[in-house]
Amino acid sequence: MDLELREIILLSLRVSGVALLISSLIGIPLGAYLGLKRFVGRRFVVALMYTGMGFPPVVIGLFVYLLLSRSGLLGSLQLPFLPSLFTPGAMIIAQTIISFPLVAGFTMAAVMGVDPHLRQQVLALGATHRQAALAVLMEARVGVIVAIIAGFGGIISEVGAVMMVGGNIEGRTRVLTTAIVLETRKGNFELAIALGLVLLGITFIANLAMLRLQGKSFDE
Amino acid sequence: MNRPQRNEALYRLERVAKEYNSRRVLDIEHLEIFRGEIFALVGPSGAGKSTLLRLANFLEPPTYGGLYFHNQEFAPGKEMPLHLRRRVTTVFQRPMLLSRSVRANVRFGLELRNEHNSEEKVQAALEEVGLGGMADQKARTLSGGEAQRVALARALVLQPEVLLLDEPTANLDPYNVALIEEIIFKLNQQHHTTLVLVTHNVFQAKRLAQRVGFLLEGRLIETANTEDFFTQPSDVRTAAFVRGEMVY
Repeated sequence: MDLELREIILLSLRVSGVALLISSLIGIPLGAYLGLKRFVGRRFVVALMYTGMGFPPVVIGLFVYLLLSRSGLLGSLQLPFLPSLFTPGAMIIAQTIISFPLVAGFTMAAVMGVDPHLRQQVLALGATHRQAALAVLMEARVGVIVAIIAGFGGIISEVGAVMMVGGNIEGRTRVLTTAIVLETRKGNFELAIALGLVLLGITFIANLAMLRLQGKSFDE
Repeated sequence: MNRPQRNEALYRLERVAKEYNSRRVLDIEHLEIFRGEIFALVGPSGAGKSTLLRLANFLEPPTYGGLYFHNQEFAPGKEMPLHLRRRVTTVFQRPMLLSRSVRANVRFGLELRNEHNSEEKVQAALEEVGLGGMADQKARTLSGGEAQRVALARALVLQPEVLLLDEPTANLDPYNVALIEEIIFKLNQQHHTTLVLVTHNVFQAKRLAQRVGFLLEGRLIETANTEDFFTQPSDVRTAAFVRGEMVY
């Protein structure tokens, strides 16, 4: 395989993989909490989350751009742990913002689909509230995996935000989607199609792996 | 019949009320449940029996009043300590089993308590309810009676001090009813487990309980030992319920 293509594939996987990991670490507990708890302002938080699920990636890209640019709200602070614009770190931030509402929203729906009596009966067996929440999440595992798949689907194929905050710099921030845009503009349709097929293949393999995670419960 | 002598009150309820959306569903002036007894709580649907069990299993605090277990108060904003909470468990009318094997369901409560080498206990509990050969079966493939027996096994394996039973045999066939009644009666006789049985079946209360309480519209109308309750109830409403004349 061409070295440049390999770099592009690896960077796509790294950026979307890390973003998905962070999204899952935030989104699954948040979705479980919203699905299980009743509190004042829950409707408002859920409405915000639903809005996040449908937010155009390019607008999120713009938002992150404005935050991280040298004159931006965060960029001007020059905090050591914050990535600069046109780096994979900036792309990860943008993709995390895109995918975590998807992971949280679908997780919430999956958790709400579990009969509430189950949680009560698990508590009656002596579970702590945390143990009961985990038991409910385990029961909702098919839906939670769908949540992760939706989060992954939302970012691996996304182009607007990574283009805006990554800049499509060769060897540094070029990923599969931005490379496809570039090659199409240059008229290299064969290469663009080949990159598109690689992207499709990666998505297919990733989803197959997720299905394996759903395990036997998917077939029941 | 050699039944355990009741001694100290395990539960004490003083002016306990429970409200949902400002609607009072339970209003009990005073109730004591004694260690080692089988106490049946009867009453028509909607009388507050299941609500009382949820309070007794510390799943919800009372809105007002004091509920004491081992002299420890359970009140709003006051969690019952985990070690006391884990002395009590409930078998519900509609058992919700985890979508795992029968064995995993019975083992679940032990795992919550970090007991991981529990295969013998789990198998013994399954044998107890007559499901020793079904340990590896998926829980969701069981019949209603079998599922209820698994729910009973997952409670028995915990060796609770108090077992709360919320209409455990409603909608079951006579074979399963007899089997479950036999198991819980034996549990009380052999291990002196305190049983609180909620039922609207007065005959079941008569067969199993040493004391019976009658709950109507959230209020405890009467408690008495079983014989007195059925032969000379002190309240006309209890008498009407026992004779099957109460329309509900």
